[in-house]
Amino acid sequence: MHDHHAPPGFWRRYIFSTDHKVVGIQYGLTALVFLFIGYGLMALMRWQLAYPGQPIPIFGKLLLAVLGPDLADRGIMSPDLYNSFGAMHGTIMVFLAIVPLAVGAFGNYVVPLQIGAPDMAFPRLNMMSYWVYFVGGVIMLVSFFIPGGAAKSGWTSYSPLATIADPVHQIDGQTLWLIGMVFLITSSLLGSINIITTIIQLRARGLGWMRLPFFVWAQLVTAFILLLAFPPLEAAGVLQLCDNLFGSSFFLPTGLVVGGRPLEVSGGGSPLLWQHLFWFLAHPEVYVLILPAMGIVAEVLANNTRKPLFGYKSLVYSAMAIGFISFLVWAHHMYLTGMGTKISTFFQTTTMLISIPSVIILTTLMLTLWGGSIRFNTPMLFALAFLPMFGIGGLTGLPLGFSATDIQLHDTYYVIGHFHYVVAPGTIFALFAGIYYWYPKVTGRLMNDFWGKVHFALSLVFMNLVFMPMFIQGLEGMHRRMYDGGATYAAGPDVAYGLSLGLKLNIGISHAAWLLGLAQVPFIVNFFWSLFRGRKVESDNPWQATTLEWATPTPPPHGNFLEEPVVCRGPYEYGPVGPGRDFVPQHLSESPLEPAPVHVHGREPLTRPQLV
Amino acid sequence: MQDLIIKLLHLPPLASEHGAEVDRLLFLVHLLMVVLFVGWSAFFLYTLWRYRQRKHPRPDAVGVRGHLSSYLEVGVAGAEALLLIGLAVPIWARTASAGNFPKPEESTVVRIIGRQFNWIARYPGEDGVFGRGDVKFVSQQNPLGLDPDDPAGKDDIIVENSEVVVPVGKPVIAYVSSLDVIHGFSVKPLRVSYDAIPGLSNPTWFTPTHEGNFLITCSQLCGNGHFSMRGLLRVVKPEEFAAFLKEKRAAAAGPVSYE
Repeated sequence: MHDHHAPPGFWRRYIFSTDHKVVGIQYGLTALVFLFIGYGLMALMRWQLAYPGQPIPIFGKLLLAVLGPDLADRGIMSPDLYNSFGAMHGTIMVFLAIVPLAVGAFGNYVVPLQIGAPDMAFPRLNMMSYWVYFVGGVIMLVSFFIPGGAAKSGWTSYSPLATIADPVHQIDGQTLWLIGMVFLITSSLLGSINIITTIIQLRARGLGWMRLPFFVWAQLVTAFILLLAFPPLEAAGVLQLCDNLFGSSFFLPTGLVVGGRPLEVSGGGSPLLWQHLFWFLAHPEVYVLILPAMGIVAEVLANNTRKPLFGYKSLVYSAMAIGFISFLVWAHHMYLTGMGTKISTFFQTTTMLISIPSVIILTTLMLTLWGGSIRFNTPMLFALAFLPMFGIGGLTGLPLGFSATDIQLHDTYYVIGHFHYVVAPGTIFALFAGIYYWYPKVTGRLMNDFWGKVHFALSLVFMNLVFMPMFIQGLEGMHRRMYDGGATYAAGPDVAYGLSLGLKLNIGISHAAWLLGLAQVPFIVNFFWSLFRGRKVESDNPWQATTLEWATPTPPPHGNFLEEPVVCRGPYEYGPVGPGRDFVPQHLSESPLEPAPVHVHGREPLTRPQLV
Repeated sequence: MQDLIIKLLHLPPLASEHGAEVDRLLFLVHLLMVVLFVGWSAFFLYTLWRYRQRKHPRPDAVGVRGHLSSYLEVGVAGAEALLLIGLAVPIWARTASAGNFPKPEESTVVRIIGRQFNWIARYPGEDGVFGRGDVKFVSQQNPLGLDPDDPAGKDDIIVENSEVVVPVGKPVIAYVSSLDVIHGFSVKPLRVSYDAIPGLSNPTWFTPTHEGNFLITCSQLCGNGHFSMRGLLRVVKPEEFAAFLKEKRAAAAGPVSYE
């Protein structure tokens, strides 16, 4: 496996690199920037929700200067701008931030290292996947600045609204959204093929399937979901593009009357077809967001409890079950579209079924803690918090999974609270855990633990202050995507019932959301400061972990391993194995009591005992 | 019990017959959620405290023994199955299955049509039959495109001011539809919510139990006026409803024509 790698020049090394680690870092940094942009859109929307119709302080002038009075007159967010920001917040967070971070960054960087491979199976495809993603992201960002603004029909882009929302402009935000999505989906397809092939073909000698770290399993299942679920949406996106640009009617029924006049289209299409194609992707997508997160949490938990994962096999089989069933639940997003009893019973049953492997994974991860010797470092705190936060997200999915209770909760803030608990304090916390955990492998320096804990504590508090009240708003009957935060539906003398508490909560939620943004400052500063000033790692394996990525030099060179690793044992051999030792790395063939070799980049491999 | 559920879950006060079942299921699901969450959290926090490194510097060689986790998983699956079969499916079958609809002649039949950004209510008139419509007849005076040659349409009553009036205590069969984009017809106190999809006419039914003006929320993003697409479901005494129909019919018989 030791091909000779001639040292490439700057461009080939850092920009158009085929090294999975550079691609992973590119994905990671780009995705973090998009995470910030996605947050920024929401922070502005939260002003409009808390103080409807008032000019946005500071940023209002900026919006007016950049986007003009049509969208931000006097610094007040217009309904169109609100809808644009809403659609783009969802799109950016899901397709440009979380998935690229979870799969593009962690999948690319960590998977080849954990399976002892020198690189991904298709390095050029890997580079292409990043650049296609990058172009997709640029298209999405450009769409904000074209006449009419970005897509404004929700991240779900339901037809016919997506086709008629902007009758003035032929090329509108929706057009660019669809083109951008085609790029993003293509990128995901390239990436998923690469991850699947790499895991199947490039595992180190001795690394049998049941010796794979759970993170690799999670990435494998995720890649299959991406591979199988994305093509329908890519096809649907192209069809909607035809509807928007070329006058076809794939998703437009006969007899549309818009603004009192019949719409000049041929008709005969079905708006429900779009919903089916969209959710056939978008529900499996939820598991694309959550499985890699569970993988990261499993790695960090095992490492910081100093104990094997409880029920490794049930984790693996549960992940597979989730991957499979995730293709059978999509229409639970569509109970209220006129679904009969038989179909709704089918989708309710599959929805309850998929909750079982999720419960197994959560329970298994929690039982892993029992009997451990728990270290509370920053990655561990984020991984631990993932468990109850994802628990809330999963549990609140139950009343939405039953069609009868969905009647009351569908498209209310309850739904927003539910999936944000899964993705924000759920997945994003796991991603933070992953960043703090693998940062020393990538950079050779540790992030500051104190500021990491500050970041953690503040994020935990404000995440909950943002999303917990949304359940109350939803139960009270507040619907999502309301430009005025639901003020139109306030209680009044002429109506028997209207919103009251929910509207007050809007203000509190907004302030918590802004503070949540401030709570990320310690992270951002820590992230860059540690790059130059962080404590240097004293070994290649600062967390005393068992998996193969810690057997490489730090940071791993092009080609990763100094010698071909041979795997001799399972992934989580933690526990009392000898005096002063509580773990045995996967590649260690000798007796557990032998000292482990340590490689420090740029130096000769030296041998030094790893003390606990 | 109903009052307690509404108070605990902060739900809108109930104003329909089937809503009590919806609320009961909501309550039971939330009960299950709370029990699971409290149980998990108690275990979680106790474990973190008991096995922190300072107190427990060497991990145990063996973790959890026994089958507690399997029992828990079976228990959760069982509870979900019970709720699904016992409550969720029957409620849905009652409101969504065509076979379980009340007889039209014993109900108030109304078509509820969304458009950007208001609601149209349409009643079939004395004959109980809706007239044919076609998009080619659509005009400012005839927003729904009623066929002027269809006698069944002559007595149809169309109300364009985002108000749907129905009598209390009698089933309402509502056909929910849309002229342009997808809207959602949602009346929170009645536990009614249905998507209004162009090209489809989605039937649902409910029995209002309380008089009053109930807000109709548009529950699907429908454009830049979505937030303001507020309607009123006015549940009135049967006499008032009869008077309302009579007044509207008289107005329609006036100079307005659909030609």
